[in-house]
Amino acid sequence: MDRLKVSIGGLELKNPVMTASGTFGYGTEYIDFIDLSRLGGIFVKGTTLEPRDGNNYSRMAETASGMLNAVGLQNKGVTYFVQHIYPEIKQYDTNIIVNVSGSSVDDYVKCSERLVDLERIPAIELNISCPNVKEGGMAFGTSCDSAAKVVKAVRKIYPKTLIVKLSPNVTNIGEIARAVEAEGADSVSLVNTFLGMAIDAEKRSPKLSTITGGLSGPCIKPIALRMVWEVYHAVGIPIIGMGGICNWQDAIEFILAGATAIQVGTYNFIDPAASVKIVDGISDYLDRHHILSIDDLIGNLNID
Amino acid sequence: MLDMVVLSNERLNDQNNLLKVTPATGEKLPDTVSPGQFVQIRIENSVHTFLRRPISVNFVHTSLNQLWLLVQNVGEGTKHLCNYSEGEKINIIFPLGNQFHLPSKVTSKILLIGGGVGTAPLLFLGKKATDNGFKPNFLLGGRSAKDLLQLDDFKKYGAVYTTTEDGTQGEKGFVIHHSILQEEKYDFIYTCGPKPMMVAVAKYAHENDIECEASLENLMACGFGACLCCIEKTTRGNVCACTEGPVFNIKELTWID
Repeated sequence: MDRLKVSIGGLELKNPVMTASGTFGYGTEYIDFIDLSRLGGIFVKGTTLEPRDGNNYSRMAETASGMLNAVGLQNKGVTYFVQHIYPEIKQYDTNIIVNVSGSSVDDYVKCSERLVDLERIPAIELNISCPNVKEGGMAFGTSCDSAAKVVKAVRKIYPKTLIVKLSPNVTNIGEIARAVEAEGADSVSLVNTFLGMAIDAEKRSPKLSTITGGLSGPCIKPIALRMVWEVYHAVGIPIIGMGGICNWQDAIEFILAGATAIQVGTYNFIDPAASVKIVDGISDYLDRHHILSIDDLIGNLNID
Repeated sequence: MLDMVVLSNERLNDQNNLLKVTPATGEKLPDTVSPGQFVQIRIENSVHTFLRRPISVNFVHTSLNQLWLLVQNVGEGTKHLCNYSEGEKINIIFPLGNQFHLPSKVTSKILLIGGGVGTAPLLFLGKKATDNGFKPNFLLGGRSAKDLLQLDDFKKYGAVYTTTEDGTQGEKGFVIHHSILQEEKYDFIYTCGPKPMMVAVAKYAHENDIECEASLENLMACGFGACLCCIEKTTRGNVCACTEGPVFNIKELTWID
């Protein structure tokens, strides 16, 4: 199984398949369906310094080959996570990575500081790309300056693996990736959801309480792939690719576009065992193509 | 997750089908399936039905190893479900959600109030109540006589009262105006149906000091507590209707000012 191993900064993954924050709860929601130890890692629910109720109902609208969500980072805050959730999940034999969000640079720093000493949390993912909160979130991820500021501040206090989750709602994602790399990010993960909208024609009203929300699912995959490809040519740090991954073919495509590892997101809702099936599918693919290591595939696209 | 095979798909009226399925492998349905719980059904081969469809458990026929699902044809997903033929396979995640809670004393008088396709979980609840020694009453409403579903099945488990908006069967009007609510004093009401109906029932129960549980149908993506989309505002804050519900005691809800 060593062929499946990859590294993200100092973080060793047994395989490149992980699950995306906001689609996987704290992992506990999935233990009836899969053996979490088969995954390279799990990215747990977006965590903020203070508890958040999230947005009002309705928070979801199905779209062609995807969905919009407007959850708005509902979570019980980092203190609750440290005291109640961490003790419950720390025994999982996989990398547990916490997604950190905030409405100010200070929030990101304080929240990250609370996670540094947790032995079984080897990395955090800075969410500078949530489209569903009024303050902060995506605002930090859509300009090079603000993205750099957050990463610089957190980097000072967080010595473990620092991953930065990028927003696709920008003109040039490569520039943002370069800005966070320059401030010491170990990896970038992309893409978060695309800002979108759904309308009920009969009622003449928006389907989401927040009017706009984040679009995910297979409908975004071609754009996500293109962005991974662009970022692969913009930075030297490893990329974690995501956006509509449903099966092993999708995962391989992201790796060929330049991703070192991938996250399965929305499709977990449809097939809660999808992530493990993707691990098996990648393994078969390596066998069939006589490939000795995932590293040989990363960005290795045949272009005439 | 379980693959089920369709045994029959009976059209009950112009909008509703009764889908009877059994595990494709022949394995026995879990004994733990309870009234109020639901399944998440995968609809294959349509880009417009990306997410699973949550459908209440209408009935579990233990000896025949059948799961019954009452489907209202209201959109792309349910249209596909209504068109499944005998022998076709469907993938479901189940059982999901909590359940209705019967009172501790079997002498308690219980009324099950349903509207439209919302009557679905009440048939299974009626059976469980009867099996446990209760004598349930049913109050079922619809727009018209043809919208009152499975009346013969309900009658096996207790007295059935009906209302229709056009007066074609039972008393004319909404369930909340039925004379039985003036004539009888119930200890516990269980309700499922359109939200305005459930809110009216909850207010009636609250004003008359009757315990009441309602089964919610909030829009959801996953059905098992991961997506946080189906939240309901409760006295405990925002909770997932799929895992903390779909059945809530009305005292927990914020429907009554």
